[in-house]
Amino acid sequence: MRPVRKALAGALLGTLLLAGCGQTGTTANPAPATSQTATAETGAGFPVTVEAANGKVTIEKKPERIVSLSSVHTESLFAIGAGPQVIAVDDQSNYPPEAPRTELSGFKPNVEAIVAQKPDLVVVSDDIDHVVAELTKVNVPVLHEPAAETLDEAYQEILDLGTATGNLAKAEEVVDGMKTALDELAAGAAAGKGLTYYHELDETPYSLTSKTFIGQIYALFGLTNIADEAPDAAGGYPKLSAEFIAQADPDLIFLADVKCCRQNKETLAQRPGWKNLTAVKKDRVIELDDDIASRWGPRVVDLAKAIGDAVAKTASE
Amino acid sequence: MLAEQATGRAQDPVAQVKPARARPGALLVGLALLAAVMIAGLLGGAADIAPWQVVLQVADWLPLVSVDSGLAPVEQGLLYELRLPRVLLAAVVGGLLAMAGAGYQGVFRNPLADPYLLGAAAGAGLTTTVAVVLLPDSAPSTPVAAFVGAVGGVFLAYGLGSAAGRNGGTATLVLAGVAVTSFLTAVQTFVQQLGVEELRRVYSWILGDVGGGWEQVRLVLPYAAVAAAVLMVHGRMLDVLAVGDEEAGALGVRAARVRFVVLLAASLATAAAVAVSGLIGFVGIVVPHVVRRLAGGSYRSVLPLSLIGGATFLVLADLLARTVIAPAELPIGVVTMFVGAPFFVAVLRMTRGTAT
Repeated sequence: MRPVRKALAGALLGTLLLAGCGQTGTTANPAPATSQTATAETGAGFPVTVEAANGKVTIEKKPERIVSLSSVHTESLFAIGAGPQVIAVDDQSNYPPEAPRTELSGFKPNVEAIVAQKPDLVVVSDDIDHVVAELTKVNVPVLHEPAAETLDEAYQEILDLGTATGNLAKAEEVVDGMKTALDELAAGAAAGKGLTYYHELDETPYSLTSKTFIGQIYALFGLTNIADEAPDAAGGYPKLSAEFIAQADPDLIFLADVKCCRQNKETLAQRPGWKNLTAVKKDRVIELDDDIASRWGPRVVDLAKAIGDAVAKTASE
Repeated sequence: MLAEQATGRAQDPVAQVKPARARPGALLVGLALLAAVMIAGLLGGAADIAPWQVVLQVADWLPLVSVDSGLAPVEQGLLYELRLPRVLLAAVVGGLLAMAGAGYQGVFRNPLADPYLLGAAAGAGLTTTVAVVLLPDSAPSTPVAAFVGAVGGVFLAYGLGSAAGRNGGTATLVLAGVAVTSFLTAVQTFVQQLGVEELRRVYSWILGDVGGGWEQVRLVLPYAAVAAAVLMVHGRMLDVLAVGDEEAGALGVRAARVRFVVLLAASLATAAAVAVSGLIGFVGIVVPHVVRRLAGGSYRSVLPLSLIGGATFLVLADLLARTVIAPAELPIGVVTMFVGAPFFVAVLRMTRGTAT
């Protein structure tokens, strides 16, 4: 995933020019980029080589017809100002709203349908049904950037996308913005130490441990995850026992199954044996946005903010 | 576990044409085992509660008894609201599936028959997936959807099978079940593709879960009672059917009608079980066989013993699912198959040559 030095230097040069061209880089907000005027100049930065999960990928010229088959990468592409270069995104890419959503599926990718979009770069997070190999065979460059396991990997993926699309400066800006925001949030929430939490993925109930990407975000606040008691054999996403959660009685409950499974404070209180939980009684059930709480893109800052707010509120009680 | 019963039995399986006596001895052993397993199920779990406290707490629940178990309200709540109904639901579902399996095996005279043979699982799978994917607001109605689907799948297979096979043979019925299962599974997979984000929920339903609480226990009990009663009284009829339709007719048994009633009751049992617990495999096909190996082939004893054996097996499987990687859980369907298959092979070897 590390860009090759030479290409990096070239891309940097190109995007520095671009940045000089009146780009007022601000936040991680995916504002429609204003980089189109700069296309001519940035074209100079190519070819670039990016090291993705599918090896070194060389992109000959600045992509103008990007297809994203991953909701996370769609978010990142728009955040780093590559939005105008994106011509089609998959059916799960629901953010930002202006993303050109199509019927394309990243879960069951149809190579012919993808090729029909005449892409000059395809970005995927999962290599399903040999989609990477097949696209490569028909000379469509593919970046396979799988689910990040750490924040650093998530940052690197955003930088990779920046390099590959000729938006490295903006990508670096986004990453720096994320780092700063997360540091500030974490610094302002030292009160999280000693608090326990339970993060719910669905009502059966699946959770996640601190080893997962999302779990690491909670760890920034010094929170203790009750799911960490599950043995390693249960994996990073264990199905917990409802009675264990009841007995562990976490201080905070974060619901990441609000959209998918229609769970909320009320449905939680109605579950057998849960109505006496501290978090339920003290109104410490936080309803997260399912998408934000499952993607490793720029909006991870929003997740951290929701966690930070909950910690601050609990500490002030 | 029932080995002593098996070696000591007077009933020659070859003579199963004769109406066999019910076996009070085997029944008692079965009930004792079930009781033991259910107590173990109440004592064990992810929450760390001392066994003696559980015993005191259970005593406290009994009418006219008041004991202080020393448990906090949250722990009392989790025992009563989570663990107790879970053990009961496992028992009811396991019993229903095993008895339904025995009923199907009797009707079809086919050792491979299981409660899902006629499309109950595929039907329930389809309607549940549709409910989860297309109407995500309807989560509480999953049991209804599963029930309707299970019944619908069986009716579809039965209707097609009866229409195709004029002489009321069971072979066409089985084939119709295979066709309906494939078709409904295809539709289910298609619907699942439409709602990829719901995949985990569908998947987790398919692997089964008996942690539904009292609500599910209350839902399933009326159907369980009716289905079990109807199946029980047809034990002798199934024994007679085993010798063939014509012979049964000579004995005054209307084979087609018996088959229809037993299928109806077994399908009701399956649908009720599927509705509250998802698709738990292996119980329905294996428990009747184990019972038959250990206690003889007469359906007069196979049906009630399957009920008890299925209940015992599933309570045990659920106990394992809850404790092996506690505080995480395994899907119960994984345990029934992982533990059930080797156990079944062991019973087959142990009783080689002693039964059909």
